[in-house]
Amino acid sequence: MSPVTVQAPPPRPGAIKEEQPYIDPQKKRHTGKRLLGILVFWLVLWVALRGKQTLAVPNADTTSFQDWLTQLKVTFSNMAQTNWFFHGVLGTIADAFNWMVGGLQAHISSTAPGQYLGWFGVLAVAMWIAYAVAGRRSTILVGVVLLLLGLFGTWQTGMDTLIITIVSVLISMIVGVPVGIAMARSRRTSAIVTPILDVMQTMPSFAYLSPVALFFGIGPATSVVLTLIYALPPLVRITEHGLRAVSPNTIEAGRSLGVTRSQLLRQIELPMAKRTIVVGINQSMMAALSMATIAALVNGPGLGQPVVSALQILNVGQASVAGLGIVAIAIMLDRTTTAASERTEKSSSGRVGSVGYPGLSSKVIIERLPRWAHEGAGRGSVGHRLTPAGRRLLLGVLLVPVVIAAVYSTRYLQLAQFPDLSGTPLLKELSGTPLAGHINDFTDALVNAIQGLTNAFKNTITYALLNPLQSLLSNLPWWVMAVVLLATAYVLGGWRPTITTAVCEAVILAVGLWNDTMTTLTMTLVATLLVMIIAVALGVGMGRSRRVDTLIRPFLDTFQTIPAFVYLVPALALFGSSRFTAIVAALMYAVPIATKLVADGIRGVAPTTVEAMRSTGCTRWQMISKVQLPMARESLVLSTNQGLLYVLSMVVIGGMVGGGSLGYLIYQGFSQDNLFGKGLCAGIAITALGIMLDRIARHAAERYGR
Amino acid sequence: MAADHHHTAGYTAYGLIGAPTMRTSDGTPALQVQNLWKVFGPRAERLIGTADLQLSRKELQAKSGHVIGVRDVSFDVSPGEVFVVMGLSGSGKSTLVRLITRLIEPTSGTVVLNGEDITKMNDDSLREIRRKNVSMVFQHFGLLPHRKVIDNVAFGLEVRGEDKGARRNRAQEVVDLVGLQGYENNYPDQLSGGMQQRVGLARALAADPDILMFDEPFSALDPLIRRDMQNEVIRLHEEVGKTMVFITHDLQEALKLGDRILIMRDGAIVQIGRPDEVVGAPADDYVRDFVSEVPKSHVLTLSWVMRPPSGPDEGAGGPTLKDSQIVRDAARTVLEHHGPCRVVDGSGSVVGVVDEQDIMRVVVAEDESPAAANQAAS
Repeated sequence: MSPVTVQAPPPRPGAIKEEQPYIDPQKKRHTGKRLLGILVFWLVLWVALRGKQTLAVPNADTTSFQDWLTQLKVTFSNMAQTNWFFHGVLGTIADAFNWMVGGLQAHISSTAPGQYLGWFGVLAVAMWIAYAVAGRRSTILVGVVLLLLGLFGTWQTGMDTLIITIVSVLISMIVGVPVGIAMARSRRTSAIVTPILDVMQTMPSFAYLSPVALFFGIGPATSVVLTLIYALPPLVRITEHGLRAVSPNTIEAGRSLGVTRSQLLRQIELPMAKRTIVVGINQSMMAALSMATIAALVNGPGLGQPVVSALQILNVGQASVAGLGIVAIAIMLDRTTTAASERTEKSSSGRVGSVGYPGLSSKVIIERLPRWAHEGAGRGSVGHRLTPAGRRLLLGVLLVPVVIAAVYSTRYLQLAQFPDLSGTPLLKELSGTPLAGHINDFTDALVNAIQGLTNAFKNTITYALLNPLQSLLSNLPWWVMAVVLLATAYVLGGWRPTITTAVCEAVILAVGLWNDTMTTLTMTLVATLLVMIIAVALGVGMGRSRRVDTLIRPFLDTFQTIPAFVYLVPALALFGSSRFTAIVAALMYAVPIATKLVADGIRGVAPTTVEAMRSTGCTRWQMISKVQLPMARESLVLSTNQGLLYVLSMVVIGGMVGGGSLGYLIYQGFSQDNLFGKGLCAGIAITALGIMLDRIARHAAERYGR
Repeated sequence: MAADHHHTAGYTAYGLIGAPTMRTSDGTPALQVQNLWKVFGPRAERLIGTADLQLSRKELQAKSGHVIGVRDVSFDVSPGEVFVVMGLSGSGKSTLVRLITRLIEPTSGTVVLNGEDITKMNDDSLREIRRKNVSMVFQHFGLLPHRKVIDNVAFGLEVRGEDKGARRNRAQEVVDLVGLQGYENNYPDQLSGGMQQRVGLARALAADPDILMFDEPFSALDPLIRRDMQNEVIRLHEEVGKTMVFITHDLQEALKLGDRILIMRDGAIVQIGRPDEVVGAPADDYVRDFVSEVPKSHVLTLSWVMRPPSGPDEGAGGPTLKDSQIVRDAARTVLEHHGPCRVVDGSGSVVGVVDEQDIMRVVVAEDESPAAANQAAS
């Protein structure tokens, strides 16, 4: 296009403009040139100094610091009986958590008939709760999922997982919502708590398994603490966000009417943020479930255990059955809390009848209720609407059969223990062991059929991308790589991430795992690159077309609800035990979130801009490359940052299925006592790596995201 | 342009004769604002009284990072008066109205409401003032989406602790007053913008305050709805007779509603005056530019167009007109008379005469001004 110059019209005499504000002039940066300089420096020194001072360490070798940590474990476990802190403080917390979980386990997941609830009672109570908080569809879903768990023969472990998840989420709510409120009300509190949440979220979950186990012993308490660390940050953050997002117009209107601080919170902010907080509970619950399964690695009770033991013997079928149970629980919890939040929205804006189902039976129930229980909603709304009093009455009436079911389930063996279905013709194929056999047969057939394809893919990535990059990152003097990382941090983000990077590098060196960390970094970078390629391709499609969006989004939603751990199973089935398996699992884990962020960014480009650009005659490709992607830059950067963190945590878990390097060292640390210290060090190194990558990405996002 | 200037000078000359002083108020003012400043920035208090505040906004921002929101504003509002604050966006008018109830804390100056200085109050007394004496209507309504219309209206009464029956009754009264009967049990998002603002208006009225403040209440509404709502405010003012402070960026709205108008620019007062004073005697080029397209005959009174009688008998025998009559309304009488008509003031004594020429000058001037502007632009 040729530039068109337009003569500005001369200012109209007498037309006096408002004064314009002062604007800081922008500095020009030469990021591209500087990065190129770093790359040249790196390549030259790699060619010159290849293979020297790489700090590579064999798996079983330990440094004195690592041995000292191993010793420390012994010291700690001795102190657990006597020391005031270990015994008094941590011991009390552990006892409290153990008591809560143990109590619930005894009532819910135990199968001994007697005074405790049997499966039938649990089913009835769970369905009633689902009906109370979420509506009829969720009630049916809960019933189906719980029956499925019984059918798979995983009733007890499934209940354990549910107990750990729900106990953790309840504690998260008790702690997290007030903290979120405090953060929303005071900038200072927010400034203090936010970095702590950052560390909690950046730390790959795998990294703090053993330290927590060290402090809280082996048992349910450790699972609860681990799950709390993971599930608390999203709830706190979303609560804070929800309160801060309450329209300032409304708050101002409230203040102009003379509300006190507590009136402002109770009558304006909390009701308006309610829906967001429920979304936070949903996020917290999904995080909790994910962590509750990983906690199996430190002997946490639940469905994670069969997955771990099956993965150890590479039995895909067995792992899949337990994995399916986890997925079923995930879908159940997700849909129920989502339905609960949607209902919150309905009752808070009062649009539609709030019982949540328009079926015949509901009409009948509503018609039979006394008049005070339902009142005509205002003009413009549809149908009947139960008042709170009416709802309470309905739930109270429904409680009667629930109590009867619960009582009967303590009396009869058939209702207490989930019946053995191995004699039933069709159902027996679906129960535990036969199902695992079927899945094994199927995966064998599948892998045989597409082996050529999967191997070609695996080899291409491994030889063309993974191996050269690994050599470039880890097969050269450590100080070259350290300088390269520092310089990159400086060019992308300025001084602050450079200092963080220096500290993190020092930590990695101090724990003696530089070379392994670089290997993990290689896998992380490769996986992130692949994630972003897929995410941009899918995200652009979704952002541009509603139809593509409705087609793809349900898959992404489902993938997102599945706990990280479960992804190892299909990855293992398709690619066997290798470094690449971890990368595939990381892809499956990170692609959904990255894609959604890209799609949101593309859709966020103002339609008026898109229309204006179309009117200039942009081709589709020009539109994507010159308008939509650049304008969605902020989302792209955010998406890369999130992708990176998701990939890192999964690449590490991939250590269980041949991922090698840091992840494997951690895994080794669980099982071999003399390598405990080294595993702990690997956890520290991963945390340092995660914080380093996150800080660089975040500062780069601040600088280039706008 | 030259012609325009000539006419303007003419208005000014006559305007000075009969125009009342700019800050009239009978008895104690309902609201008294003195030397009010708002400077945004970390060390705003320390700047007060320094020479830095003489700088322009832009210079001060470049120098110290502080932004002047409101610059040394003083005015009185009489009981029952509709006082309009007008300015473009960024002129500081919305900040000004928030300083009055300290939704934004003033940097210096005083705001006296019914004899009490608001700027010296503690939080509790201030809250009492907000609950009982001053209510506000907002541009973006600020309604609570989780409450029904009736509960939104009653919210102010609820926070000051009135019991349910009393506040429901009062809220219902106000709902009827603003014409929302039948929509009490709807939620705000089911209503149109205009109706939502009626809810905002009802909420402000429910507390039965001494002063109602409006922050660009109708800017977000369609023109027709806006006109309805303006008429509604005029009607309510006639019915309840509240003192009103009304913020707007729309000159037509200001002229239509205001007993007096304060024009702001860059945080400072440019002019305070009755609508006819603002149009007839603009304080500077900025105001002149603003009012240049206003049909002057719709705003100016006869006192702006009359001339001194050439002799004691001029106009005798013709119709007698009041000096406060709008030119447009008097035009027919004057034009039909074909000669000078006497103009009398409130006490009935003759203060001047008008003839066809004087009337036509106002009408023609307004037809000329766009043409003159175009000529100047090309």
